[in-house]
Parts: sequence; C-alpha cells; structure tokens
Amino acid sequence: MLYESSPVAIAIFASFVLAVIGLSFWLGRKGQSAKGYYAAHGEIHWFINGIAFAGDYLSAASFLGICGMIAFHGFDGFLYSIGFLAGWIVALFVIAEPIKSLGKFTFADALDAKYNSRGIKLSVAISTLVVSIFYLIPQMVGAGDLIMPLLGLPHAVGVILVGVAVTLIVVTAGMVSTTWVQFIKGSLLVFFCGVLTSMILSRGLTVNTGSLEPQTRTVTPDGRVLVDGEPQTRDHDLRPVGTLVALPARYGDATTTGPLGPLQYLSVLEDSRIVTWSGKKSTDASGTHTVFTPTEKAGADLLKPGGYFKGLTTGKLAGKLADKLDFASLMLALFCGTASLPHILIRYYTVKDAAAARKSTVVGIAAIGAFYVLTLFLGLGAMTSGALDPTSTNMAAPLLAKSFSNTLFAVISAIAFTTVLGTVSGLIMAGSGAVAHDLVENVLGIPMNDDEKVRCGKIAAVGLGIVAMALGILFRNFNVSFLVGWAFNIAASANLPALVMLLFWPRTTKEGIIAAVTVGMVASLGWILLSADTFEKVYGMSRDASPVPFSQPGLVTIPLGFIVLIVVSLLTKAQPQGKPA
Amino acid sequence: MADNSEPGSRGRGRAARIGFGLFWVYVILYFGFIALVLFRPDILSSRPLGGVNLAIASGLGLIAAALLLSVVYMVAARVVESPGGGRR
Repeated sequence: MLYESSPVAIAIFASFVLAVIGLSFWLGRKGQSAKGYYAAHGEIHWFINGIAFAGDYLSAASFLGICGMIAFHGFDGFLYSIGFLAGWIVALFVIAEPIKSLGKFTFADALDAKYNSRGIKLSVAISTLVVSIFYLIPQMVGAGDLIMPLLGLPHAVGVILVGVAVTLIVVTAGMVSTTWVQFIKGSLLVFFCGVLTSMILSRGLTVNTGSLEPQTRTVTPDGRVLVDGEPQTRDHDLRPVGTLVALPARYGDATTTGPLGPLQYLSVLEDSRIVTWSGKKSTDASGTHTVFTPTEKAGADLLKPGGYFKGLTTGKLAGKLADKLDFASLMLALFCGTASLPHILIRYYTVKDAAAARKSTVVGIAAIGAFYVLTLFLGLGAMTSGALDPTSTNMAAPLLAKSFSNTLFAVISAIAFTTVLGTVSGLIMAGSGAVAHDLVENVLGIPMNDDEKVRCGKIAAVGLGIVAMALGILFRNFNVSFLVGWAFNIAASANLPALVMLLFWPRTTKEGIIAAVTVGMVASLGWILLSADTFEKVYGMSRDASPVPFSQPGLVTIPLGFIVLIVVSLLTKAQPQGKPA
Repeated sequence: MADNSEPGSRGRGRAARIGFGLFWVYVILYFGFIALVLFRPDILSSRPLGGVNLAIASGLGLIAAALLLSVVYMVAARVVESPGGGRR
C-alpha cells in the first residue's frame, strides 16, 4: 500500500487550508478600492513582496515536478531548477524597474503607457489570459495528484477543491490576501524543504533490499484496476520503488553511511549503484497494461545530463539534432519566460517604487535560489528513499516525507497544496485584472466606477477558476514541470519581445507591439498544439503524426516575435515620441 | 506611480547600465553552461574537484552566481542613486 489517509494527515491538511482561507477573509475586511484589489494599494513592504515572489514562483512545478523528475531521471530535473532561477536575472536586470515606472495595475498598462492603443490592450490582455491559463493547468494537475493519496479522494475532487478555495481567496481580498498567502506559502515551503533536506542528510544513504521483480498495473475495459493480475486492494498494491542497491566500495560490507554532509552526500551517491523504474504501456483486449521494470544504474550516470533529455547523452549532433534543439529551446524559454509571466509582473505594482521593486527581486532570488539548491537533495533523497510511486513522478517529494513519518507527509502535502493555492491565486488575480481592467474597461470602453471595477474583476476570477478546474481534469497525465515549460514558452514568445523592445528600442511602434504579441502567442500556442507530446498524450495519436520537429517552440518563436516587431515597426515608421525608458 | 522624474533618475541611468553589464555576465555563464550540456557532456561528468562532478558543481555555481550578481547590483545601484552618487 503506497498511500494511506490517516486522520492526523487530514487534520493537519484541513487546518492548513482553512488557516489560509481564514486569513484571506480577515485581510479582505479592509475596504476595497480598485487599487487595493489589483495592486494591494502599492503598499506591500519589499521584503514581504520578495518572499511573495518566491511564493508566486515556486509553484507545483518547482516543488512536485522538479523533485519527481530528479527522483526518476537524475540530474536533468535539476536543469529545470537552473533555468527557472536564471529567468530572474532577466527580470531583475532588464525588466523590473522600468516596468514598475510605467504601469499601474497590469502588464498591459506598462506596454501601453506610451501609445494608448486599444489594439495593444486587447492583444496583451489575451496573451495574459492564455499564459495564465497554461500556467494554471499544471497547478491544478498537481493539486489533483496530491489529494488522491492524502485524502483518498479522486483526482477530480482535488482539482475542484483547489479551484473553489482559490476563487474564494481571490474574491475575498484580491491582491492583499494573494500577497499574504504567497508570503506564508513561500516561507513555509523553503523552511520545510530545508528541514526535509537536513533529515535526508542525517539519515545518509542506506542499501535497500526490496524486490526487483517487474510489476504490472492493468486497467480493464470495465474500469477495474489489477496489480500483477490480481484486483488492487489495500494489501495488494504496487510496491514502492526507488532504491540504492550498493554503496561505494570504501564502505565495505556496511549497509548504511550514517549522517553525511551535503557535498559528501552527492559524492557518495555518485559512487553508488541505484535502481530506477520506468513504465511501458500497452493495450490489448484485456485492458491497458503498464509494466514497470527496474534498471540498475551507476550513480555517476544519474548525476550527469541525459537521463530525461535524450539529446544530452552524447555531445555529437548526429541523430540527436531535434532532441538537442528541443532542450536548447526549453532552456531559452525558461530564461526569457520568467520576466514575461503576468502573475510575476503584476507583483511589481504592489511595492512603493523602483528601488523597492529591485530589493524585493533580490530577496526573491535569494529565497528561490535556496529552494532550488534544496530540490537537488529532495529529488536525490526521494530517488533512494524506497518510497516512490512508480505511477506518479509528481508525488516524489511528499512520498519522500512519508519515508520519514506520516505526520511529515501530511505537513509536506499540505504545504504543496498551499503552494498550489498560492500560485493559482496569483494567476487568477493576473487573469482577472486582464479581463476587467484591460478588456472590459479599456478595450470595450465600458466606463466603470471603483466598485464596479472590483466586482467585474471578481466575476472574472470566478470564471477563470471554473476554466482552470476543467483543464486540470483534462490534462492529468502530464508531469507538471513539463507543462510549466510550455507556459514559459508562450509567455516568452508573446510578451518578452514587446517588453524588451518597448524599453530599449525607441523606434518601436504600436503596430509592432500588437503584431509581435499576436504572432508570438499564436505561433507558440500553435506549435505546442501540433507537437509530438500533445499528439501522444492529449489527442491519443501517434507521435510521428506531428508536423513540428521538436516540442518546445521557444527557440523559433521567441526570435520570431523580435523579428516581427522590428519589421512591422520599420514598416509603420514611428514618429519619435516620448523619451526612451 | 511613474517615478522617472524623481531626483535620483540620473543615478537610475547609471544603475541600469550596471544592471545591463551584470546581465551580460550571467548570459555568458548560463549559455556557456548550456553549450557544455549540449556539446561536451563528457566535461560535465568529469570530477576535477574530487567529490561532486562538474555538472552538479556548475549547476550549484550558476544558482550562487545569480544571487551574487543580484546582491552586487543592489549595492551598486544604492551607491549610484544616493545623493551625490550619480555624479563622480
């Protein structure tokens, strides 16, 4: 039995979630002007905002997805950590301060500050919505994955639970409560991951003698689940996996290392032998079978690139070109995407001035960087914990906690769940601003007083919550980091060219911005919908039917956005106006 | 809201230039690392430092570098934006 819901777990979990929602109601008592709802009155302290950045950013993808990817595929998961953090350099050095100076509530405000064009507002509002929705999908999938083992409820219930809780948080107090939820979640996440890491290090590495027989999970046409041919029950389920089978020779006959230092942990692991599991699906008349088989690997092989991204197993190009381009494209999108994410950009409007924006970014980088270092240990700790669920990469971190104690499992799951709540509320906030402030007020030109603006934002938040729930159920089979990679691709392709050129190229015209945002968004979205991964996992078709050479569009669509902007701007000749920011 | 006209805006220009310089430093580090991952994974799996391999060491190094550069920037920007700091 991999999962067991205990009353303690449910109690801890429920108190976490209720505390967060309660806090949100309490903060929501304060009067609500539009500036309060959308930008927390611009009065959030830079330190709080910095940790809230971490709360916004360290989504289910970072916590669940990266740990899972490291646990199952080794070093390659850490490449996501590196890329996710690198994106903050663009945010801090290039985007943060100018955007703070230009905008008011939303990122469309900033892009439109010089031109006052309805076209810009429309295209940017739509791109904000598309990016927010793509980023919402993995969060909801993560929430569903968490609820299943913890409370013994189906995936869809988890998704709906998050949807409802988050919509409540956003609707009660907008950006004020969203910020505090992020702050609490960011602090808890980094703190408890630190605790978990120190527990991993003090436990050290231990040889595990679990069975290495392959396991089969079958879903019959009438929906029953069989494990190795017998019906799945509490006592007959898949065995947990992920074991270390041999320590380095210098440990002789010892089966455990005892406490290790962080670097020592990594180097012992490199000289150990580890068993990882992978599943292969097949379908016949008796149902869909997934056979999980173990592979013994040298630690050194798991700690180098190539475990997940197949293009990285060799430096040679032959036969690996498409895979290498796919990887390069992802890393470019992660680098460029952070500073183009609407829910990160709106956080710059909650602080007083550009200097506060800068300081809060540095605090954010410190917290996020520390967390990403911890992900490496969490992932590797999970890899050797003997507690992994072979069917779900997303559950590696909570199951690692379970290998220590059930209480820790509940705490970590509850934190992961608040992680989802926090990020989703930020995204819904960004989307609600795009709908109410940009689309309804500025594009449709419907005048609204302060109260109506807030009400309209809340209605939009409810609508977005419903869309997010539906998509979370639809996309349940993906690793959440992988899905977030797509959101970064769309954000970087649609928004970054416009942002950068507006700030640094005086000849940018409004037509150029509209064209770049539209082309970047449509091209990256279209590419993703035509990619081999979507063909296989969403449409259920063959990978070979896909017309695009690799899955991650950024390498093509980010430069395309820049080219379109430059060409269209030159064609529509700007009158030199305003001073360059 | 718009604080382009605040007294420190001259220092802002210098701070922005410093930020740009640091940005390019990181671009070189990051894409240099990616180039190694793509074309010379053999270098990354070597262990010149004894314990951990270069892949892990450089990954951790990139995270540390991001923090280091951001702190350098914060301090430098504060210096050039402080009264009198924008001249000199």
